[in-house]
Amino acid sequence: MSESADNRKTMFYDRHVSAGGKMVPFAGYLMPVQYPSGIMQEHLHTRDNAGLFDVSHMGQVLVRGENVVAELERLMPVDLGALAINQQSYATFTSADGGILDDLIITRWAEDTFFLVVNAGCKEQDIAHLKTHLPDSEINYLEHQSLIALQGLRAVEIMAELAPQTETLTFMQGCHTEIGDIECYVTRSGYTGEDGFEISVSDDHALALADRLLDYDYCQWIGLGARDSLRLEAGLCLYGHDMDKNTSPVEAAISWSISKSRRSGCENSGGFLGADTILGHLDNGVSKKRVGFLVEGRAPVREGAEITDSQGNVLGVITSGGFGPTLQAPVAMGYVSTEHSAVGTQLTAMVRGKARPITVAKMPLVPQRYYRG
Amino acid sequence: MDQVVYTKDHEWLKIEGNLVTIGVTQFAQEQLGDVVFIELPEVGGELIAGDEAAVIESVKAAGEIAVPIDGVVVAVNEALVDQPDLLNSAPETEGWIFQLTPSEDVEISNFMDAEQYQQFIQDGE
Repeated sequence: MSESADNRKTMFYDRHVSAGGKMVPFAGYLMPVQYPSGIMQEHLHTRDNAGLFDVSHMGQVLVRGENVVAELERLMPVDLGALAINQQSYATFTSADGGILDDLIITRWAEDTFFLVVNAGCKEQDIAHLKTHLPDSEINYLEHQSLIALQGLRAVEIMAELAPQTETLTFMQGCHTEIGDIECYVTRSGYTGEDGFEISVSDDHALALADRLLDYDYCQWIGLGARDSLRLEAGLCLYGHDMDKNTSPVEAAISWSISKSRRSGCENSGGFLGADTILGHLDNGVSKKRVGFLVEGRAPVREGAEITDSQGNVLGVITSGGFGPTLQAPVAMGYVSTEHSAVGTQLTAMVRGKARPITVAKMPLVPQRYYRG
Repeated sequence: MDQVVYTKDHEWLKIEGNLVTIGVTQFAQEQLGDVVFIELPEVGGELIAGDEAAVIESVKAAGEIAVPIDGVVVAVNEALVDQPDLLNSAPETEGWIFQLTPSEDVEISNFMDAEQYQQFIQDGE
């Protein structure tokens, strides 16, 4: 885990180091995995107070063009034409064979303009994918734009004071606004299961903005470790772990991200990469799917652990797992054959040669607290 | 006379006659982060140096404790079952992990004393 010269730094690197952040390479960047107070405290703090996450490593891309809706709809099973301005949607870039190339949040900025936030590890591939499939649109990677997420029960208190316009946003809405005299784009979104905001701001003003947020004594930096445990409890997928090019959105149990109008029998049905496979999965069912698990005892069941039945037959694999600080118990998610995927099904996971009892559980494991107005 | 020595894997060994108590150091505890579960060895088990004796699970990862000497496990710290965070709050005292009766006299020169260990940590950073 040495600091490789190949790893980039976000604008906040020095702030993380002075806050005591333990910096680790992640998706080509040096990012804070945790601060001195530790993952447990950071996680709990975020749920009940306000946590500030540097997510500037993620890719921010503007896509603009007269034909942009039709072009983008080829790449994702989402009804973008129906998306109102300043409304956003969770989406997946699907592959020709029905897998997932990346997951993203897409926001409509104007009739002909969409703002995309994609995963750090996939952003170069995503941009190439967009350029290949959107010949009529302009693809603009916002390289000099930082992104921070302010998450938790009290995030709204801060935003209400600093940018009153954002207080009335509901989950998955955004607006251009100013914090002090800093221009930014704020959305009511995040990846912790809590109410919260994501703020896109130019690199030049990023530090000043973070400092204003951190002026609140109930706001603190939160690292990648707690980001992972928060999203895991919230039942949210991590790309490359809980879904990838070999899993369809249906298998990944994110069918809700496929707009109704893009499904079989509707006016705008199909027309996206991998539609035959994905709509087939929706219509005819799948042989494996992602589920959440509660784990007996305190020993975490982690990624890679085999899932078995009581006879020891392998039924699937854990794709994310760890200890849930809010639940104060281990939590996990993974893929199992569909006949074993019903909530309440008792299975086992093999941890260091020992069979640990696990139970298929309804996700999210911790209730989401999004603000829906 | 008891004596405490340290390993390069950030374990401490407290040697009291024919009883060796083993745990992890303050430095190791800081690296591990919040400990949530410890898999303890079986009392009566015979261990050979290098065997995995215990597993420490923190929120973020699992870390294995290899036993540094041959011996028989005579006690484990049952308090860690309900209070795994003792390993964070008191790694070198109440957070001890297990006790061994060594198969032969411990060769002290194979290990570091407190001063050498501090130097080892500093050099590693």
